[in-house]
Order: sequence, then C-alpha cells, then structure tokens
Amino acid sequence: MAQNAYSPLAALLSRHEQTLLDDWVRLQLAGAGRRDDPTVEREVREQSRRFLGALQRALASGSDDIRTDAWGDARAVLTEMSGRRARQGYTPSETATFVFSLKQPLFERLRADAKDPAALTEAVWAASTLLDRLGLFTTEVFQRDRESVIQRQQQEMLELSTPVVRLWDGVLALPLIGTLDSARTQVVMESLLQQVVDTGAGIAIIDITGVPTVDTLVAQHLLKTVAAARLMGADCIISGIRPQIAQTIVHLGVELGDVATKATLADAFAMALRRLGLTVARSAG
Amino acid sequence: MERIPVLKMGRYLLVTVQVDMHDRLALALQDDLMEQIRRHRARGVLLDISALDLVDSFIGRTIGNIAGMARVLGASTVVTGMRPAVAITLVELGLSWKGVRTALTVERGMELLQKMVGEEEGGGGAPPA
Repeated sequence: MAQNAYSPLAALLSRHEQTLLDDWVRLQLAGAGRRDDPTVEREVREQSRRFLGALQRALASGSDDIRTDAWGDARAVLTEMSGRRARQGYTPSETATFVFSLKQPLFERLRADAKDPAALTEAVWAASTLLDRLGLFTTEVFQRDRESVIQRQQQEMLELSTPVVRLWDGVLALPLIGTLDSARTQVVMESLLQQVVDTGAGIAIIDITGVPTVDTLVAQHLLKTVAAARLMGADCIISGIRPQIAQTIVHLGVELGDVATKATLADAFAMALRRLGLTVARSAG
Repeated sequence: MERIPVLKMGRYLLVTVQVDMHDRLALALQDDLMEQIRRHRARGVLLDISALDLVDSFIGRTIGNIAGMARVLGASTVVTGMRPAVAITLVELGLSWKGVRTALTVERGMELLQKMVGEEEGGGGAPPA
C-alpha cells in the first residue's frame, strides 16, 4: 500500500529532477530574500540537489518510515543542512522552510502529470505527509543543535568563572564570583583539588567576596569543599565574608566548625604566610 | 591471598596501597597493621593512598577505623596522597574522618608524623638510629 502511494512520486522525481530542482531553488531564494548572494545560491542549490537525490533513493527502497536505514542519506543531508544553518543564525522557520518549500513545485508537477483526480489526491496526500515528517525532523535536529550550542556555552561559562590563582609558593586562592549552586560547586571543588595536587599547595584561600548571598545550601557546599581539601592534606581559609553575610550565617545557625574565616583576602593571605612561617617586612631605607 | 605490605622504618610503619582495595584486603590490612603496631611498638603509621582511585563507603570507613584503632594502640596515623576524586567521594559519602591527619605527599606526611610523635613525647621528633 505504502509502495503504491509513493511510486508516482518516485517516478515523478526521476523524470523531472532538473526542472524540480530549478523551481525549488528559485522559490527558496525568493522566499529568503537573499537572491543576490552567489555563495548562498550555490549552497542552497547544492543542498537541494543532494536532498532530491537522497529522497529519490529513499523512495526507491519503498519504505515510508523516515527512521529506517533506507532514509539514512536523506536524514544525513537534512542534519548537515540544519546544523549549518543553526550555526549561521537562521531562524527555525527558515530552516524548516527548506523542506516545506519543496511542496509547491512538487504539487505543480503532480497536477500537470495527473490523469484522474482520485490518484492526484492520493499522491498529493502521500507527498504532503512525507514532507511534513521530514520538515519536523529538520526542526528537531535544528533545535538539538541549538541546544548543544547553549550547553557548550554554559559549560564554558562555568569554567571561565572558576579560576584558581597561585598567590605564593604553597598558597592558592579561589575567587568565587556569582551564585553557588550544586553544579558549580562540583566544578569549583574539582578544579581546586586538582590544582592542589598539581602545585602541591598546602593552603587554599576561598574568597567569597563575589558571592551575592550565602544560605544554608551555599554554606554546605563551601564546607564540603573545605572537607575534601582537608582530606587531601590542604588547609582552607574562607575569606571575603561581608558583614551582612556574617549576620546571615549566624542567624541561619550555620556551623562553620573549625574552618578559619577572615573578612578580607588580605587577612587570609597574611594568615597563610604566618602558617608557612613567612613574614613580610618593609625594606630598610 | 594478596596482602598489602607493611614496612617498618624505625618507630614508624609505612603502608602504601598499590592495588585496588577490596573489602577482604582492607580487613586483612587492618588486622595485619594492628598486629605489627603491637609487635614493633610503633609510634606512627604513614598510610599512602596515592594509587587508590576508587573508594566505597566500606573502604572509606575501614581506613578511618584503622586510624582510630592505631590511636588506641598509641600510634598516630597520617594519610597521604589522596586523589581529588577520592576526597570528593568521601565527602559526598559523609565520611569526614574526624581526628585523622592528612598530607599531600609522603614527604610532608613523614614530617607531620615526626612532629606529632615528637610533640607527644615532649622531645625531638627524629627517630633514633
């Protein structure tokens, strides 16, 4: 049954491939309003040509399920096209129009070739549902590509915002900026501990000047980091605690235990130097 | 059955875990180490776990227990070379090893151990020749 519905379509595609391609490309360029750019035209023509070829091969296999292997080529062409457009900043509708705009030239051909209305309706319906499914597939792929771009950016932001700085031989500082959530704490903890291993630093200063609020959860995250560093043999000092935050910590009843805390990074650094047995002296003269 | 070797160095015992710990091995180490502390009248234990990259709650608790037991027998314990992943796992498991001293490297661990034992005896921390 499926084979019957698609066979006029397959026959038509192979008969009129060149005219279909020309009509389709013209239509896409007109719709996009980028007719003047020769590179765009070349790209659209190339993509369209490859898609028509893949479509013909898939239809020849007789399968109507676009998830099967027979449609692998067609899916690959669409995936590449939508991936490219996602990166070039096309909108989702512009991308989906690639497939949908094939309907007009295709239906015109079908009508010109049609002999009886019933067969025409059936062929149009078959072509329409097929292109709809392909169009939806394109949109899905487009969405997925965009999401992966967003995810990558989030990941990069996460890494950018947690630098570990070496203040002195054996003293690391971790200036935290922005809200601390579980995912970020994990990254912070991992990069701090890795730096402790790499540099062999015995003291790490966690500076929370840039952390806007400290609630019980944030405090718990901080204490976890301190505990992990301590297990590895490094001591942590928490610095940059603003007066409001000190009040909040006490009001919330957060137990910081025996973790050393200081108001400013300078105080913490001085404390670290003292623990290392170093002193800072003004040069004579 | 494989065992984790316990090396005697003066008044200290040196244990380096070079294989993946499993439950039986950890318990065997615990028995073995306690026996050696008693026999050699050791004052300090240095436990290097820098080759250990996997811990579960049992191994984590056992290592904590070993330190506690050694304390009862009069020997201080320093755990050295813990990997970041292991530290994170232990914290997530809620094991904080209260009273266990840690150090980044074996060298620093030994310094710390000598200081601890020295303080306890109220004299110099260097082991007798």
